[in-house]
Amino acid sequence: MSEHTVDAKRLLCPMPVIRTQNKAEELAAGDILTVICTDPGATNDIPAWCRINGHKVLDILTVDNEITITIEVGGLG
Amino acid sequence: MSTQPKAVALISGGLDSMLATRLVMDQGVHVEGLNFFTGFCVEGHTHAIRKQDKTKPKRNNALWVAEQLGIKLHIVDVIEPYKDVVINPKHGYGANLNPCLDCKGFMVQKAYEWIQAHQFDFIITGEVMGQRPMSQRKNTMPVVQKESGAGDLLVRPLCAKLLPPTRPELEGWLDREQLLDFSGRSRKPQMALAARLGIEDYAQPAGGCCFLTDQAYSKKLADLWQARGNREYELDDIMLLKVGRHLRPKQHFKIIISREEGESRFLEGYRKQFVHLITTSHGGPLALIDGDVDASDIQLAAQLVARYSQGRSADIVDVEVNRKDGSSEVLHVTPLSPKDIPEQWYI
Ligand code: SF4
Repeated sequence: MSEHTVDAKRLLCPMPVIRTQNKAEELAAGDILTVICTDPGATNDIPAWCRINGHKVLDILTVDNEITITIEVGGLG
Repeated sequence: MSTQPKAVALISGGLDSMLATRLVMDQGVHVEGLNFFTGFCVEGHTHAIRKQDKTKPKRNNALWVAEQLGIKLHIVDVIEPYKDVVINPKHGYGANLNPCLDCKGFMVQKAYEWIQAHQFDFIITGEVMGQRPMSQRKNTMPVVQKESGAGDLLVRPLCAKLLPPTRPELEGWLDREQLLDFSGRSRKPQMALAARLGIEDYAQPAGGCCFLTDQAYSKKLADLWQARGNREYELDDIMLLKVGRHLRPKQHFKIIISREEGESRFLEGYRKQFVHLITTSHGGPLALIDGDVDASDIQLAAQLVARYSQGRSADIVDVEVNRKDGSSEVLHVTPLSPKDIPEQWYI
């Protein structure tokens, strides 16, 4: 298991989702991916994308205008 | 084919592609969705920017549709290659700056590349014959097939019976009899089909699937191109056209003024790239100046910004001017009165 981060600050949806998706494609099942973003839409879109594609949202943390979403990469390929 | 056939569906987030996908899934085909982000898409983020839209769902409709259908969705960033479609459309534009026919050809071509790379068998779109004046006419449907390279691997389940059989139908991967013959602009057949399939909630896009069909947006894009003397654009340019009030007092600069808090927050992200103005004596908007400006231009811009602040009827409003190099100064200006703002400044 390894840990990775995607910086999607200032990007508007769906760009944070695209960045997350493209990074997740490089990772293995069980890896942890942390996405940092500022578009509040990402708190809906990234979990929706995870549900569709078999990944697991471990945590969503919002501090001021910065949102940190932690994901465990799934193994559905 | 011994294994289950695999198709990729172009998912826009609207009802038609959702229905087309369901029809094909119901025939036992494995379907995954593709959604292209061109930079012009009408997405939840514009709701996110504008605070007043907070009550509306901020969902991304393409993701939502995929979830309802229970399929995977691949969102593809096509911002760069799409520029050529917008700048040089071979088939021209529609009512506004929407190059729909070239756009459809481009997206199906990208989908065709995708199925080749992922060993999928065919492509589905939600097109309906005669529904859109430009891209969905009987004589333009073969154009998309041909120019995309997808040929007879492109299936339009909602109007397939009005078109020659495609390879998936001839090979028996799809039963043509279960495909449909929708045509025309009426939405009733789609709504009836949605009801039959138990689909109750769906997005109803007003115009098209992107900002290029929007008259006000197209006007701003045309203005940008005209002022720059070329049609190049970056993602930031086309995002900024979605936000704020745009005024061009002189050919060489324009001002983008936020209309409410959400837009101010969004424009704040661009502070380092533009000269930006904020009123300090009164509550007011955040404004960016796009263009190379001198002191008199900045003075005029400050008066305009003051006009849109809470100090609009005050004698003097303090406006902080922040330059790209980080330096700043405060100007004390008289707000422009509405009669001093010519109609043609508004883009
Ligand atoms: S409305 Fe926009 S996205 Fe849809 S086909 Fe036309 S140009 Fe393409």
